[in-house]
Amino acid sequence: MIRRLLVANRGEIACRVMRSARLLGMSTVAVHSEVDATALHVALADQAVAIGAAPATESYLVAARVLAAAVDSGADAVHPGYGFLAENAAFARAVEAAGLRWVGPTPKSIDDMGDKARARIIARAAGVPVLPGSDRFSPADPAVTSATIEAAAAATGFPLLVKAAAGGGGIGMRRVDDPAGLAAAIESTQTMAARAFGDGTVYLERFVPKARHVEVQVFGFGDGRAVHLYERDCSIQRRFQKVIEESPAPGLAQATRTAMCEAATALAREQAYRGAGTVEFVVDADSGEFFFLEMNTRIQVEHPVTEMRTGVDLVAWQLLLAGGDPLPVAGQDDVRAQGHAIEARLYAERPAKGFLPSTGTLSVFELPATGAALLDGLPDGLRIDAGVRAGDTISHWYDPMIAKVIAHGATRDAAIDRLRAALAAIRIEGVETNLVFLQRTLDHPAFRGGDVFTGFIDAHKAVLLAR
Amino acid sequence: MPIIEVRSEITGNVWKIVAAVGDRVEEEAAIVILESMKMEIPVTAPESGVITEICVTEGSTCSEGAVVARLQV
Repeated sequence: MIRRLLVANRGEIACRVMRSARLLGMSTVAVHSEVDATALHVALADQAVAIGAAPATESYLVAARVLAAAVDSGADAVHPGYGFLAENAAFARAVEAAGLRWVGPTPKSIDDMGDKARARIIARAAGVPVLPGSDRFSPADPAVTSATIEAAAAATGFPLLVKAAAGGGGIGMRRVDDPAGLAAAIESTQTMAARAFGDGTVYLERFVPKARHVEVQVFGFGDGRAVHLYERDCSIQRRFQKVIEESPAPGLAQATRTAMCEAATALAREQAYRGAGTVEFVVDADSGEFFFLEMNTRIQVEHPVTEMRTGVDLVAWQLLLAGGDPLPVAGQDDVRAQGHAIEARLYAERPAKGFLPSTGTLSVFELPATGAALLDGLPDGLRIDAGVRAGDTISHWYDPMIAKVIAHGATRDAAIDRLRAALAAIRIEGVETNLVFLQRTLDHPAFRGGDVFTGFIDAHKAVLLAR
Repeated sequence: MPIIEVRSEITGNVWKIVAAVGDRVEEEAAIVILESMKMEIPVTAPESGVITEICVTEGSTCSEGAVVARLQV
């Protein structure tokens, strides 16, 4: 049993972790930078430790200071939240070496999944489909013939990308839709790569023209057993960051859904994974095929979507497991999902200006009423996880996310309607936000119809970003 | 030859100064890169011109609306 928990984070996730810790009878310790001395997460904690100046590199990211705060305050466990030190294996090791409990996966899992090449190998070993691709080949290699290239292309599948091994960021790739265009694309990519990067080595990779981002929440017991808590669709993204997440993923075949959940659970079992994790997949919106992207070894921002649909307090599970306490789950049969849950991230930003961040003081910050407890009012509930209150300053030092609004309903439409109404009832003054943008997205016929993909915002920007 | 002010649209920390006094920059070219809310956001030249002054230093804070550089256009 954990008695005193240090939460090595700030904002809404620090507040949210403390809620579950308190429900389990733990006392809580906050850490904070100079500018966060009066922040909401500090006010909610039983005690707080100042750990440095405003830049995260001088406070929340300084492992030695966070660990010293934990030891000095008498904490017996550390919860890292997400971001900052959450996926820092050296920090996890240091916490455990100091005799404290680390509320997260083993440092080995953090290392293995953090190395994208190693993660792919482990995923493949667990039978999880990865994006098909070829080995690298060079024009100078006499062993590379047109027959070997054609065989590699057939194994990869069309459409595919010919990519320069030395390229990156979208530079040095050619799309090929059928075998007829293959030879010319390889030759031109090799020539271009040799000229631009001094290295003509190329490889082939399957191209997903219309991609969805779907992920599976897993929870491992640390002994080789693991369960999944169903999927979340997170396809609505801007600047590679998620904006709206929902579960179940709309319009995905039940067989695909089941296969993804089983694959994710297999990857957790393969590692004897400990605690909460998320296995991310890219899904081909046209064919329904799915491929492993990566595994995040932490609690995710969007975990409330899963909590609203399953009635599970994921953070409580993390804390119970780390403290050596019995879990309220023995196997997959104990996990039940009902209805539909959807989350919108409220950002301090200006959507019409390329989603530039907005800073300022929240002169007005009014939220609609929600249930008193974390999972109150299920089903058909509304939940808001906020990290700020009226009068707080949104500074440029940290993440622009100020709250998450999560709604549950018997159907997708009911959940969207409830979220839409909640967003319309929010009043914020002092910073610009994406509130109007979020409501336009929820109102968009393509979104209502479930036609979500990672290019959604760009494809519909004329409507979503109109002034 | 008029001199115009290049202003920041956001509040952030000056992460990198990528152009120098005397440099000729094209419209939309980055002059300074700010770090704000975990994002790198360039302050770009509103028109082509020659930089006559850089008004910020790396590591300092830059407020929304502040003059970042001056440009002869």
